[in-house]
Amino acid sequence: MADAPVIEVARLVKRFGPKLVLRNLDFEVRAGEFVALLGPNGAGKTTLLRILSSLASPTLGHVRIAGHELPRQAAGVRRRLGVVSHLPLLYGDLTAHENLTFYGRMYALDGLDQRIDEVLAIVGLAARRRDLVRTFSRGMQQRLAIARAVLHDPDVLLLDEPHTGLDQDACEMLDTILRRVASEGRTVVMTSHDLSRIEDLATRFDVLTKGAIRASVQKSDVQRDGILRFYRQALESASGLNERQAA
Amino acid sequence: MKTQPRGLLYLDIAAFAAVAFATYMVFGYAPVERVMGLVQKVFYFHVAAGWVGMLGYLAAVVAGVAYLVTRKHNWDLVGLGAIEIGLVFMLINIVTGSIWARPIWNTWWTWDPRLTTATIMELVYVAYLMLRGGLEDPERRARFGAVYAIIGFISVPLTFFSIRIYRTIHPLVIGGSDPTANGSFSMTPAMGQTFAVSLVAFSFLFAALLWHRIRLGQLAHQVEQQRMRLTQ
Amino acid sequence: MNAYLRTLGAVVWKDLAAEWRSRELISSMGVFALLVIFIFNFALDLDPKTRSSVMSGVLWATFIFSGTLGLNRSMAIEKDRGCLDGLLLAPVDRTAIYFGKALANMIFILAIAAIVLPVCFILYGVNLFNPGLLLVILLGVEGYVAVGTLLAAMAVQTRTRDILLPILLFPVAIPVLVAAVKASSGFLAAIPMEEITPWLNLLLVFDVVFTAAAFMVFDYIVEE
Repeated sequence: MADAPVIEVARLVKRFGPKLVLRNLDFEVRAGEFVALLGPNGAGKTTLLRILSSLASPTLGHVRIAGHELPRQAAGVRRRLGVVSHLPLLYGDLTAHENLTFYGRMYALDGLDQRIDEVLAIVGLAARRRDLVRTFSRGMQQRLAIARAVLHDPDVLLLDEPHTGLDQDACEMLDTILRRVASEGRTVVMTSHDLSRIEDLATRFDVLTKGAIRASVQKSDVQRDGILRFYRQALESASGLNERQAA
Repeated sequence: MKTQPRGLLYLDIAAFAAVAFATYMVFGYAPVERVMGLVQKVFYFHVAAGWVGMLGYLAAVVAGVAYLVTRKHNWDLVGLGAIEIGLVFMLINIVTGSIWARPIWNTWWTWDPRLTTATIMELVYVAYLMLRGGLEDPERRARFGAVYAIIGFISVPLTFFSIRIYRTIHPLVIGGSDPTANGSFSMTPAMGQTFAVSLVAFSFLFAALLWHRIRLGQLAHQVEQQRMRLTQ
Repeated sequence: MNAYLRTLGAVVWKDLAAEWRSRELISSMGVFALLVIFIFNFALDLDPKTRSSVMSGVLWATFIFSGTLGLNRSMAIEKDRGCLDGLLLAPVDRTAIYFGKALANMIFILAIAAIVLPVCFILYGVNLFNPGLLLVILLGVEGYVAVGTLLAAMAVQTRTRDILLPILLFPVAIPVLVAAVKASSGFLAAIPMEEITPWLNLLLVFDVVFTAAAFMVFDYIVEE
């Protein structure tokens, strides 16, 4: 029972009209894993994450998160998910504190003020709590977005390219925070373009290309700086697969 | 699904025959009305076209609800086809209404409840098409179309009643003889029969056109899928 | 029920707080409303004799046009920063989000009414502080906002976003316009109550029917 995967995706198909984005995708994540989802643009990473976060529903296939079947039991699972996307999902005209208060109310949290203090401390924004979010730099907004995502102490964190648009310092700060929140026993799935950052953070690397997961490797099975090679190989064999199918 | 199904062919023939027969009845069988003369014959087509306009609305609402429940693409095609056909026939209704109004009441337009509501319905039809036009994702197009068809449908009786009450309290400002009489005339049996036949004929026409339109949509969908398959 | 109201309250509070900070909606709606009144003044050549009979028409045209601005903008704010996703991710009943937005929109339009009424009083000397009129404004704005919020949620997801909302909304809102204008001018001219009641009834029916309809279909609009 304790071994049941936290995320189970089987034969997932997602279609937008005639366009097939995800084809028979299988994906499984166990508790505590930090999975880095790699892949070229248009591979379907964002779509997969949207389905996992219950914002989109599958066309066909089977998706189960934290014991809840999507999309049927979507309402029940939202409490357990934290989502960070490349859009901040924050209200610029409210202060950091007000933004978190709003989301805290939406998640019906008790002891809200104390919890807000906690997460602001984790992301290093305690000093800016009374400042309007529209005055924040992109890096600060992403940090506040993470604060928002972990406010309700979710079991699963889904991050869609959180490093987008951040400079070096901001990226490092973000990584420290990610390491911290991941270490608290959460299950994390993160998509990214930035292979160098991901190497240190993730415990597992999956490659999503042409609508399905084509390769997967544990961090322990890969040498230092070997991720890039692994990624390239995965892409090559995936396109080779296509040629063989066409032939 | 390449060749036209037999049923559709029969429906086409039936619709053509019915409309031809109705036309004959309108011009050959029904008497010329005493007061209004020849222009009264517009009435048969005017009301039948309005009837199809209403049918289109009704079909669109039913298809809309069915789509939201079943999520089957075909229901969306039914809804879209119904709106497109309804739009054209409602326009015919409005224009023929205008043609009828001119010699009777010496005006191209009266703000009477039926004509005004018909025009507002027409605007809702157009809005529906514009809503769909602004969306890329076919699934969202279908969903939003269904929702707007439902909202539009609910508003029609309310619109009609609001204008009806408006008109009973306010006298008509536009000149001419009393339009609230609505150019009423009593129908002889021959007229009644012609009227019924034109309603039925136009209904056949609606059904045939709708079926054709649905087929067109299905074929277009297939083309799109083939194209996607080739480019991937 | 408690959770539902709490969600609703949170959404309303959030909209009001953000608006209080930026005053973006109220200022643009307010200025637009005043401009509309001036345009009507010259377009209809409002001399003292005709003024009171067209006053309610001018009022409602103003509410409808400036209301569209507010409805559009209120939804666009959610869509642009991805905040709509933030709302949809929360473990709440989505219709509570709809009601929260609708209620906030209603408060904004009523705030504009609170500006427009005194201005019309000053400009035209028509006494608009009439409890019957205020009732009509309340009912009319509720119906308009109920449908408007729903349609704005759709329009904001399209390419033609800004121009599409009026096209979708105006034909469907005609019953509200007709009933509200007639009822308003009825109260202003102090005609007997029996003549005004049909209009009030129509407004009530519209409000109930469309609020219920929006409640039922909102989920379909925000899913993916």
